Amino acid sequence: MEPLRTVAGRAYPLGRPDVDTDTILPAAYLKTITRTGLARGAFEALRRTPGNVFDDPAFAGAPILIAGANFGCGSSREHAAWALLDLGIRAVIAPSFADLFASNAFKNGIVTVELSQPSVDRLTAVARGGTLRVDLETMTVTSSTSDAFAFTMDPFRRESLLLGRDEIALTLGSEAAIARHEASGVVEPIVAL
Amino acid sequence: MRTHPRTLYEKIWDAHVVDRRDDGTCLLYIDRHLVHEVSSPQAFDGLRAAGRRVRRPDLTLAVPDHNLPTTPRRRADGSRIPATDPDSAIQLAALERNAAEFGIPYIDDASARQGIVHVVGPELGFTLPGTTLACGDSHTTAHGALGALAIGIGTSEVEHVLATQTLLLKPSRTMEIRLEGAPGIGVCAKDIALHLIGRIGIAGATGHVIEYTGSTIRAMSIEARLTIANMSIEAGARAGLIAPDASTFAYLQGRPMAPKGTDWDAAVARWRALTSDPDARYDRSITVDVAQVPPSVTWGTSPQDVVPVTGGVPDPAAFEDPARRALAEQALAYMGLEPGTPIADIAIDHIFIGSCTNGRIEDLRAAAEVLRGRRIAAGIRRAMAVPGSGQVKRQAEAEGLDRIFRDAGFEWREPGCSMCVGLNEDRVPPGGRCASTSNRNFPGRQGPGSRTHLLSPAMAAAAAVTGHLTDVRELTGNA
Repeated sequence: MEPLRTVAGRAYPLGRPDVDTDTILPAAYLKTITRTGLARGAFEALRRTPGNVFDDPAFAGAPILIAGANFGCGSSREHAAWALLDLGIRAVIAPSFADLFASNAFKNGIVTVELSQPSVDRLTAVARGGTLRVDLETMTVTSSTSDAFAFTMDPFRRESLLLGRDEIALTLGSEAAIARHEASGVVEPIVAL
Repeated sequence: MRTHPRTLYEKIWDAHVVDRRDDGTCLLYIDRHLVHEVSSPQAFDGLRAAGRRVRRPDLTLAVPDHNLPTTPRRRADGSRIPATDPDSAIQLAALERNAAEFGIPYIDDASARQGIVHVVGPELGFTLPGTTLACGDSHTTAHGALGALAIGIGTSEVEHVLATQTLLLKPSRTMEIRLEGAPGIGVCAKDIALHLIGRIGIAGATGHVIEYTGSTIRAMSIEARLTIANMSIEAGARAGLIAPDASTFAYLQGRPMAPKGTDWDAAVARWRALTSDPDARYDRSITVDVAQVPPSVTWGTSPQDVVPVTGGVPDPAAFEDPARRALAEQALAYMGLEPGTPIADIAIDHIFIGSCTNGRIEDLRAAAEVLRGRRIAAGIRRAMAVPGSGQVKRQAEAEGLDRIFRDAGFEWREPGCSMCVGLNEDRVPPGGRCASTSNRNFPGRQGPGSRTHLLSPAMAAAAAVTGHLTDVRELTGNA
């Protein structure tokens, strides 16, 4: 994973709450054996609505998405995160996220920024014409209209994003501890089929 | 190690911590890993690219379910009938190839043991109390019904488990949902789950692991508990746990992958300790008076859009929060419903009985009980009964349930996820309205433009017979 320090530019002012992962990427696009090319299916149903933000040329290629509470609820499909990545989105700002989506986003180098509903509302309004900057070093979101909002984040996740850390390589560094656990007799033995 | 009184979640968690970082992130050992074709191809590719192996193929089990056609899979001569959708066929072939390459036990599409991962795990005894279980699917929460800490994960985490047999996690908060009292006539586990999600919302348990306690749970069969735990994710929970008890042990004894002989006795002795301590503290606790839970059904496009079947479609104007009001208006427009319409006036044209939520033998029995000697209504364009596994299918056939479904006008299909997720050919057409025993009613979930009403198997059967959403008690003489 590439290290991530800042994400800056236009932001899709989506705003709606409870955006589920079926809405982010419908099931028809899950029949793939790769991670790439999923932008074509992203928000497919929403994009059929006239005037939707994803087809507005003003936001083309925007690296930030602003949504309502409980973003990414439902299915655990990591394809939803891959579709956002394929759209060029590296930061999602919302009042809250579903646990599974937040984890999947983080594993793909997408930063999930939790801010209060009023702050999100303000940034949604700003995003219509202005630009935003998410800074992972200082843990702030700033705007072209001089807004500044501080956010907090799990320190491990923040460090992983800043370093572009390969988590599997990190865990394999704990090989001795894993082997000790397995040798201690606490793993429920498996009866083969 | 904690010394204060512990919840069941804390006990299982503590027993699986391999390593703990200063920031509180734990490396948690995963005892059991279920793999299916949709969330795993990229994970295996990642292993190959990095030259990594699967650490414990013996603790892993691969089974196809999402894409499989629910039509016959073998010709009379035993040769394979390929999936008609080329992308599905590629994904299914990739799972089979990856399992072989990495030495993972694999249940093939025509095996008597094939089925939905969350039906297969418990019925084989792959899922055991006190274990940690992971699977690249959100409904993995189901396995918590047996007292396993079972969490859904994404593909990157699937790769992490394959390579290391661990996950990097932070502990979740704890939430007790105490279910007390006897359910009323016509009320099943699904009604209780829907009612609960309607009450706490689809983000009501975000950041938490739920433990279900109380007299209702204790009296419930394991299959009913599986339905409850399965729906935990629809309330946003990371997992849903139910302490194992005599019912759990009776269910597991003799299952192919459950311990045998003296190992069994030793295991049960260990499992008896898997309860929350009497003085254990939960971060949140709520109680549901189950006697008050009505047969329930969803009206909108979120699992929290729940009303009693005796009620009506709500008026968005009644929602105080403008964002919620807008969502409710969009939901009604999508569902083609008017505020105030009695639920019983909503005509249905598709019926789906199945899924990891309600595709087990007790679910099929409950539906067949209503269908016995009856026919589906004229307006029903398609009614499907899809057993959750080959074992469920065979059991149902041994009991003559398939005959009841067929005589009623249902299609009796091969096992799989089917119309719940719309990945194979089993879809609700645009504008079609389905009474479904599945778990999600998001826009387009059962096919582009499909409209879904979630309900119990008995209520789905009632809708099939009348052609509209129906209080099952009216058909069983208990209204």
